[in-house]
Amino acid sequence: MLRFIVRRLLQAIPTLLILSVLVFAWLRSLPGGPAGALLGDKATPEKIEALNKVLGLDQPLYLQYFKFLGRVLTGDFGNSLISGESVLTEIGRALPATIELSITALFFAVALGIPLGYLAASNKGRFLDNFTVIGTLVGVAVPVFFLGILLKIVFAQNLGWFAPSSRQSADIDATRVTGFATLDGLLTGEFDATLDALWHLVLPAVALATIPLAIIVRITRASVLDVLNEDFVRTANAKGLTGQVVRRRHVLRNALLPVSTTIGLQTGLLLGGAVLTEKVFVWGGIGSLLAQGIERRDYPRLQALILLGAAVYVLVNLLVDISYALIDPRVRA
Amino acid sequence: MALLEVRDLTVTFQRKGSAPFNAVDGVSFDVDPGQTVGLVGESGCGKSVTSLAIMGLLPKRGNRVGGTVSYEGTDLLTLSDRQMRDRRGRDLGMVFQDPLSSLNPVIPIGIQVTEVLERHRGMARKKAMVEAAGLLDKVGIPDPTRRLTEYPHQLSGGMRQRALIAIALAVQPRLLIADEPTTALDVTIQAQILALLKELVTDSGTALIMITHDLGVVAGLCDEVNVLYAGRVVEKAERHELFAQPRHPYTHGLLASIPRLDGARGERLNPIRGSVSDNIPWDTGCAFAPRCPNALEVCTQVTPPQEDIGGGRLLRCHNPVRPGTPAVEEVSV
Repeated sequence: MLRFIVRRLLQAIPTLLILSVLVFAWLRSLPGGPAGALLGDKATPEKIEALNKVLGLDQPLYLQYFKFLGRVLTGDFGNSLISGESVLTEIGRALPATIELSITALFFAVALGIPLGYLAASNKGRFLDNFTVIGTLVGVAVPVFFLGILLKIVFAQNLGWFAPSSRQSADIDATRVTGFATLDGLLTGEFDATLDALWHLVLPAVALATIPLAIIVRITRASVLDVLNEDFVRTANAKGLTGQVVRRRHVLRNALLPVSTTIGLQTGLLLGGAVLTEKVFVWGGIGSLLAQGIERRDYPRLQALILLGAAVYVLVNLLVDISYALIDPRVRA
Repeated sequence: MALLEVRDLTVTFQRKGSAPFNAVDGVSFDVDPGQTVGLVGESGCGKSVTSLAIMGLLPKRGNRVGGTVSYEGTDLLTLSDRQMRDRRGRDLGMVFQDPLSSLNPVIPIGIQVTEVLERHRGMARKKAMVEAAGLLDKVGIPDPTRRLTEYPHQLSGGMRQRALIAIALAVQPRLLIADEPTTALDVTIQAQILALLKELVTDSGTALIMITHDLGVVAGLCDEVNVLYAGRVVEKAERHELFAQPRHPYTHGLLASIPRLDGARGERLNPIRGSVSDNIPWDTGCAFAPRCPNALEVCTQVTPPQEDIGGGRLLRCHNPVRPGTPAVEEVSV
């Protein structure tokens, strides 16, 4: 098992290396540059040239890349061209907000998606199943930002059940420990802060969870239907096992294999959805860093963010592979 | 009274958009304790559906099961799902065709054996493990304690089938149904598995329903044979009688189509012409008529009734094979 993990981690190195080249080249092929964006209206060709020289952007691309790579290997992703701060500090500050949102959304998607998918499969062709199939189709098709705005109007503005935006109310004076708003309240005993944070968390998490939820429901349903037709389920029934044991031990365990792959892939996509959701709910996480970075062509910040996203993706899929090996003994061999 | 009395068992498949179809059509037979009854026929003749109907394992939707299946006087077809679950594994055991797909790939063999003991004997896991090791030993699996912790893919085909037999016999059911238990195995292993089944059945007085298309299996194991064609029993006889003097042209054809090692060099094989797709419906005549070498005009016009031809033999044919037609020697296992 340990060898398996180490091998997979080593495999991630070339992936990230190739990605770093692509990101580097892609950013620099975008029209405009940081100099133009920084100078704004006052930009003249001379000023841009001068600023590029200061930023080191006048050097040949390959030289810029190797300098960048050299610094990255020592853990230095450079400073943001917008704030002048180290991009890692910036990201470190914004990361807990995004992680909190993503994990909550993922939790919703998994905790609801697997039982719903199972329920639909065991009622195949009946109302509940048809309803789920159509409902999830709508869920997959609705864009995150549209759903986010809709939820905001209905549940925050009209009904007033949940907070419309931001992570915590301004009048809550919460102590920061970890940066996770819900967790900090628990750690410091400021339970009102935790409740307030949860009140803010619900709508964006629901918006972000919708697409992965719909996909997990559909994959679980399809996978359970496959497994129900397997010979070993018939064997389990022939043994006279109770329905509950057949479902839990024999059907669900096998059906979860494809579902775990899906959860891994969805976690990657969740990062993309988080950017949009954060924008709608003024969340102030990685999403706003990224959006601002793209507008202003902040190369160092974007490079760091994209590589970070890729690293998370690789890591999550490693976790999926490990869970696969834990569920299925044939993979371990 | 026989242990199991099957009377007029009829299974009708009702699929949306197609006409109802009788996969099993008025099948009747008895099984006494310690007796082995064979159900023989080609693929699609209804032998597996018969066994699944007895076990109550047919899908609930899309099928209608008629007739009676009485086990010690109780009609199994009238029992609820819960009552059937109590009986399956305890009163009726079943061994399936493909041992690899019939075992759950992600659960150790040990659990797959012990769960029957836990279910029907109320044994604790630890005690059941000891019992399971004994069972594996009894079916001839070497090093049983180690095998209990292994997964199906780590066992050979023969061992997997032995494990399935151990599972089916764990709670010593009084009736065992074996659905083509040797079809997926090597020829050398087939004989071992048949010998094992014979030994276990003889020792414990278990009644056995043997479902097979292989007349060699019938010759080696069965006391009484029911030959099925297109869902109906076309000939029923005691084993020696059947081999010595097949009366139905279909039975005769099955026996004649076995290639013989002691035949003359270059002797042609004798297949039965056509396939089950050439059948005509039973209510318009004899389903076998289009393939039958003995067919008369009446065969495609009048459904042949089932007749008692003496000596406990039943026959459904207008123009049976005449006694004295070159019989085929009994094949022994």
